[in-house]
Amino acid sequence: MLDHELINRTLSAALRTGGEFAEVFVEDKRSSSAVLDDGRVEELTSGRDRGAGIRVVVGETTGFAHTADLSESGLASAATAAAAAARGGGGSVREVSVSPSGGAPRSTVRIPPEDVAKATKVELLTLANAAARAENNAITQVSARYGDSCRRILVANSDGLLAEDDQVRTLFSVSCVATGDTGLQTGRESTGRTIGFELFDEADVEEMARRAAGRAITKLAARPAPSGAMPVVVGPGGGGVLFHEACGHGLEADLVAKSASVFAGRVGEQVATPLVTLIDDGTMAGEWGHFSIDDEGRPAAHNVLIQDGVLTDYMWDHLRARKEGRLSSGNGRRQSYQHLPMVRMTNTYISNGEQEPADIVSDTQSGVYVAQLGGGQVNTATGDFVFGMTEAYLIENGEITEPIREGNLIGNGPEVLTRIDALGNDFAMGSPGTCGKDGQGVPVGDGTPTLRVTSLTVGGTAA
Amino acid sequence: MAELIDIAKQVAGWANDGEQVEAFVVHERETEVRAYEGDVESLTSAESQGIGVRVVANGRQGYAYAGTLEPAALQETLQEARDNATFAEADEFNGLTTPDGVAPAELDLFDSSLASFSTDEKVALAIELERLARAADRRISGIESAEYVDTIYESAVATSTGVATTTRETGCYLSAYALAASGDETQTGFGFSIGRGPGELDPAKAAADAAVRATRLLGATKPATSRLTVVLDPWVTAQMLEIIGHTLTGDAVQRGRSLFADRMGEQVAVADIVLVDDATDPDAFTASMVDGEGLATRRTPLIENGVLRAFLHNSYTGRRGDTASTGSAVRGGFKSGPGVDAQALVLRPGPKSQAELIAGIDYGLLVQGVAGLHSGVNPVSGDFSTGAEGLLIRNGELAEPVREITIASTIQRLLLDIQAIGSDHEWLPMSAAGVSLVVDDVTMSGT
Repeated sequence: MLDHELINRTLSAALRTGGEFAEVFVEDKRSSSAVLDDGRVEELTSGRDRGAGIRVVVGETTGFAHTADLSESGLASAATAAAAAARGGGGSVREVSVSPSGGAPRSTVRIPPEDVAKATKVELLTLANAAARAENNAITQVSARYGDSCRRILVANSDGLLAEDDQVRTLFSVSCVATGDTGLQTGRESTGRTIGFELFDEADVEEMARRAAGRAITKLAARPAPSGAMPVVVGPGGGGVLFHEACGHGLEADLVAKSASVFAGRVGEQVATPLVTLIDDGTMAGEWGHFSIDDEGRPAAHNVLIQDGVLTDYMWDHLRARKEGRLSSGNGRRQSYQHLPMVRMTNTYISNGEQEPADIVSDTQSGVYVAQLGGGQVNTATGDFVFGMTEAYLIENGEITEPIREGNLIGNGPEVLTRIDALGNDFAMGSPGTCGKDGQGVPVGDGTPTLRVTSLTVGGTAA
Repeated sequence: MAELIDIAKQVAGWANDGEQVEAFVVHERETEVRAYEGDVESLTSAESQGIGVRVVANGRQGYAYAGTLEPAALQETLQEARDNATFAEADEFNGLTTPDGVAPAELDLFDSSLASFSTDEKVALAIELERLARAADRRISGIESAEYVDTIYESAVATSTGVATTTRETGCYLSAYALAASGDETQTGFGFSIGRGPGELDPAKAAADAAVRATRLLGATKPATSRLTVVLDPWVTAQMLEIIGHTLTGDAVQRGRSLFADRMGEQVAVADIVLVDDATDPDAFTASMVDGEGLATRRTPLIENGVLRAFLHNSYTGRRGDTASTGSAVRGGFKSGPGVDAQALVLRPGPKSQAELIAGIDYGLLVQGVAGLHSGVNPVSGDFSTGAEGLLIRNGELAEPVREITIASTIQRLLLDIQAIGSDHEWLPMSAAGVSLVVDDVTMSGT
């Protein structure tokens, strides 16, 4: 993407004010999307973002600047701005020489989205629309979205690192509105993978549309959700959001370092029931949070965070790891070249348990079964977290019975981890997500088997 | 660099016969300083620009963008938008807007003192904020983040149908997240201060608010589930108003996604409710002279005396609804075309302060903060359920803090259950003003 000599000169310029560490992150991202709504293919959008972010670290201070101008002068002025922001008072000249680690990026993408005709992408939308509307007359509105992105990155730093990666992602979602006597209800289904257009060899958009329609229809008959603390069983796949919020964020080393996490200082302790083994794994090929190298040039890794209930490690980026004299765990990520990297999750999941999912439900006298989760949010300092249920049912006398309306559930991370008393053998990955932290969004995956929490607070309106 | 409006006009001028072209051009400079433990944690100085091009031909619409204003990229982006349009389906209501003769309000949204505010001064302000927040209370155990952020924003819209407008705005804010500790327990609170220029910023207020909000939650427990009267803090009310505003857009209504679609002229809220969207209010943080399509913004009463009076429109939904744009085209940057949304919602304040409102409540809950609005509110069905923290109200006074609860109702009921509106009207860094709101009969889920 950039000439090695130009990178060396840029890094040297960035270190001119006495910086201890400098980094150049170059990104060239092409995106395209198509939206169907209200029965019509409404709009196709395509775009390109290209630029470089340069950071300089001196002591505890990071200076950062970015530019869309990748010429020698554009890079030099960004390097000067970043260096000025992180004045070290030094002023020595330091030569930098980068050398490629690993080979050129190996793309495993079979069908690059940019090679696929726009008409073919659009056809997916019309198929989904027709399938959802054919499912039931109560479906009164359908929207569908196709999106793809090809992100090429290059990371080089003053330690001599030079690494490149191509990250191709493809996404499809469909949302339906059903209208009935009780008002309007919605149903959604989405799939997204870090692969090319071959996504649609495995994802059947018509089947997704029928499932989304079915969700909205089911909810027309939903009664108000109960309120108060009760056992909650979460179906396969969906529970990943729960762990993402309940403890994932709290295991990010930047928050831990500021004592803004309830999990600070707890490595080696039993933080969860022995059923729980939590892993963050950027190497899971094809998954939504997958990459070959993170946005600081570190290879993706399989990191065990909780083993049989014992907290084993946090997640690390370059800056936090450097302070601790260890290596980054490959969790340094950023939304774009316009952002500083920080500790982020990749694909976060709970490994399989041994119980039959049906037994977990039948063993639950009364409570709530959550089939599909929405997003969530956590306050890592207190551990309190919420997540939404977008498809849920009552459990009565060990059976899944009536659908309930949408709402949030709330719990406290450290408490919830000690209340997981059943884990199924039906592991599945959940829907593709976008994790937001400090205003930056990055793609993340998650997964779990069916699991039960003995007590979570369900935020409905019914007694 | 060429003026943004010249670039926009140049691109719009490349329209072929029978084709409409709109160019939206943005240039932004941002500085962000984060302070931590008396030092600069990070300092970002950023300059970004981009263009978004919309093409409408034969009723079909296409869009393309580029994060650069290099001459070659302009042509390329237009070509791409043109190509994209050919794959969309025709819609008789598609089309760019034409000037409607409404003169934009004269607003001074540009504080030139920001341009001469030095980096050293910005750094000093962020460090001062962090120091004040730490020193505000002995129970403050740390500061999760303390930052100063400013932007100098310029944009231009030009169309082949005769629109040519520019905007120029400055904004800055301070925000602090404080941690308060007592034994093993930690609570958090935030505070902020906003302005068009640095002279309006008040680090002492931001620090004190963060400290008070964090410390007053210390000792919070989880209460029993009950139905009670809640007082929504201005910050919480503003977030709810944004969601309600979205249900009142022509887009949501025309696509069958609004619970208010068939309610025009009906009583949808208690009689004292007057809800207005008004981006011409110069005090609004989101004030703007023109909307995302270059039309003048204007004052639109949405609910008057509890009766639904209007929906918000951009040029597309206006045409489709057989009415006119209300100057409510909103853009989320140059990477997508204009949608329609509220820009500066304000609920008419009542006569009483928050303390006076609380004094009239025997048993209730002051909701200081909410979490998970994005996952717990469905603006289509109206179901709303959100994580919350705050303080119980007993015999007209603030009592013990509570946490790990949810509050739930529906948007429909909430508007009809409003018992009082506070006098504490305040513009916040979002597209709505805050005000204390007393709502009856809300479910609080706890143990």
